[in-house]
Amino acid sequence: MTAIKWLALVPYIAILGGVFFVNRTTPFVLGMPLELAWIVLWVIASAAIMGLLNVLDPANRENRLDRELGR
Amino acid sequence: MNAALVVIFLFAAFALFLGVRARRGRDMNLEQWTVAGRGFGTVFVFLLLAGEIYTTFTFLGGSGFAYGTGAPAYYILAYGTLAYILSYWMLPPIWRYAKQHNLISQPDFFARKYDSPALGVLVAVVGVIALIPYLVLQLKGLGIIVSTASYGSIGPSVAIWIGVAIVTAYVMVSGVHGSAWTAVVKDITILSLVLFLGIYLPIHYYGGYEAMFTAIDQAKPGFLALPSHGQSITWFDSTVLLTALGFFMWPQSFGSIYTARDERVFRRNAAVLPLYQLILLFVFFVGFAAILKVPGLKGPESDLALFKISVLSFDPWFVGVIGGVGVLTALVPGSMILMSAATLAANNIYRPLRPAATDAQVYRLATWLVPIVALVALYFTLSGGNTIVALLLMGYSFVTQLFPTLIASLMRRNFVTRAGAFAGILVGLVTVAACTLTHSTMATLFPFLPEGLRDLNIGIVAMVLNIAALLIVSAATQGSREPAIGPQTGTA
Repeated sequence: MTAIKWLALVPYIAILGGVFFVNRTTPFVLGMPLELAWIVLWVIASAAIMGLLNVLDPANRENRLDRELGR
Repeated sequence: MNAALVVIFLFAAFALFLGVRARRGRDMNLEQWTVAGRGFGTVFVFLLLAGEIYTTFTFLGGSGFAYGTGAPAYYILAYGTLAYILSYWMLPPIWRYAKQHNLISQPDFFARKYDSPALGVLVAVVGVIALIPYLVLQLKGLGIIVSTASYGSIGPSVAIWIGVAIVTAYVMVSGVHGSAWTAVVKDITILSLVLFLGIYLPIHYYGGYEAMFTAIDQAKPGFLALPSHGQSITWFDSTVLLTALGFFMWPQSFGSIYTARDERVFRRNAAVLPLYQLILLFVFFVGFAAILKVPGLKGPESDLALFKISVLSFDPWFVGVIGGVGVLTALVPGSMILMSAATLAANNIYRPLRPAATDAQVYRLATWLVPIVALVALYFTLSGGNTIVALLLMGYSFVTQLFPTLIASLMRRNFVTRAGAFAGILVGLVTVAACTLTHSTMATLFPFLPEGLRDLNIGIVAMVLNIAALLIVSAATQGSREPAIGPQTGTA
């Protein structure tokens, strides 16, 4: 896992930086005030990003190999 | 005896049964009791790490915060997510090192990494000081929940005594196994309950989410976005960042890292935990729904928002279910806190004073410290005023001060010396204590700052001074560094 791990920084930037731009109530998104919807969006996106990193992470593969070789 | 009370008792009795039974088929020793012999798989570790999210503080406080302040409550959703992202890289090396050296507590980690039992004692003392108010808060919540949900037929003190007895019993018998099993029930029930309440109440009372938020926005313009003073955007950002860093610094969270069977557990959980805490969104919805339906709750009373609207909306037996789940949200984190505090005192304060003590002796002492810690917390709960809330905030800031030293110790080449570690942590603690006791804020300390920066969380000051002390003292003592970091080999 090389360059792709930097994807994990995106939620930090989006949440901490994004609130400067979305700090308002309207328009409502999925019934929620804009700011709340923005945070919810990034909670979900964070899960997706971390899921992707986990799948691509070679550390997991090494361990699996270890296990198959009887640790 | 009303229907609600019966249901609450059933929940409490079930928690006791499950917690005590969790010991079955195990020979208890120190390592089993504290970290389950490092044998927990994804689900249990997940629940223990997620346990932090669903305490009484979130159940009552999350809805109460949304009810009382509106948009600032969103921060709770944000900091957990950022902490979980961090956990992907931070927790595996901690777990690996702990396994390699058979560590069972958070102070063990610091003591071993910096080869200094004294540093372990310092971290343990910080932990105990931070944990007691946290436990008191859970007990206070428990009292409020039971007395409200039982329509006043059981007073808060009676409820707290019973709750403490239950949790003490199963922690003494089963240790972390008891917490894990009761956490299963707690999470399943709270998940379904909060989803139901957060969907039903807004639709029942307002016809839908957009209608609800529109009505709130009309009644209280600007309530659903961050204000321009006070809990503003800079407050939000600094608080989210600080709390995200402090997230895993609590002794009981740190200890639950050790329970994992292998390190992939953490990487998998980092992807699922953010989604899991979306349940908090529904806790907020309940608080928001209460704003126009049970108006007028002020200050600490706003924590009752969830219960007031439930009593208004449902039959007693269902209020009992909510009360029962509420009891679990106090008991499970309470059990983790109790066990951690007892372990810290026995393993990291008593043992360094008596190095000859065997594991069996430390284990016995830890189990007997459980009722003692419980009684201390009980005393503060029943006698203490609101100072305890200040103590809790101070506790969170205290444990956060461990973060820089911890992160430095995970680096391949740690530039922080033993003296630097002490200096950083101590400077951080003193700053936090001074700011808390004098009620300082950025605005009172630095009145010349531009408006936006005055809303920064005061914890930032302590963190900056902490890191400065850490760097300066480490640089000054770099030469005298002993090659004692031998145990680190193999981790890099």
